[in-house]
Amino acid sequence: MSKQVIAAAAAGLLFGFGLILSGMTDPAKVRAFLDITGQWNPALAFVMGGAILAALPAFAWARRRRTTLAGAPLSLPDRTLIDARLVGGAALFGVGWGLSGLCPGPALVVGSSGSLPVLVFVAAMALGLLLSRRFLAPRASTLA
Amino acid sequence: MTTIVFSIPDAAASLAGGLLIGASASLLLLGSGRIAGISGIFGNALSTGRDRVRVVFLLALLATPWLWRLVQPLELGGALATPQWGALIGAGLLVGVGTQLGNGCTSGHGVCGLANFSLRSLVAVLTFMGVAMLVVALGFGVTSA
Repeated sequence: MSKQVIAAAAAGLLFGFGLILSGMTDPAKVRAFLDITGQWNPALAFVMGGAILAALPAFAWARRRRTTLAGAPLSLPDRTLIDARLVGGAALFGVGWGLSGLCPGPALVVGSSGSLPVLVFVAAMALGLLLSRRFLAPRASTLA
Repeated sequence: MTTIVFSIPDAAASLAGGLLIGASASLLLLGSGRIAGISGIFGNALSTGRDRVRVVFLLALLATPWLWRLVQPLELGGALATPQWGALIGAGLLVGVGTQLGNGCTSGHGVCGLANFSLRSLVAVLTFMGVAMLVVALGFGVTSA
């Protein structure tokens, strides 16, 4: 197995354990963060803040070196285009996230754990993803 | 009227979990050369040109609730045990379409993009978070509460 595969396996485990430990696998807790006019639970801000803080040095390295630690090429997203597609997509995602309290990471973990409603949600998410790739693919001119 | 519901242990667990997620994003970036954006990784796994490294990350992620259960009990998804199915499916579709159109979700834009000082990601995060807060404030949800 290559180093890249081993790192990816370890990263997948860390990600899932982080979600479970932080309670972000509970849709009610996520919705409690979004509920700023009611019973507000700021947990998600601590999770996101901690994650960003821990990832800052790695991204600083990646911007400077453009390689992995082992020297393999690394591609950082360098798109800067802010357009209707970005904002519209984010808004649609926001509606789905607000309604359910589920975003893709927690949905996959909770679905895998055996929750039938969340498995149904994941199936719908997969369908939405495939449909948008099939019918709403960006035109070549919009790829910056 | 806003009331804040939070405790010190809750804050500590949230921060610790967040640090693990950030460590994961760092490891995937500097070890594998990939961005830890779950919607992108999931989308790649469902596509024909799938990338072995991303698939391995995804499988490890899916294994975590089962590995957790080797140590202690874990019951997830209880909050959605009795959903309104139509709304739940609609929400899933919106998350799938929206994250593909907007090129990212809470992890890709919210963690990786912000850690990379991407203005594009900041716009995406403010948009999806603002819209989601509005949806909740207006009382919409997939459970009949």
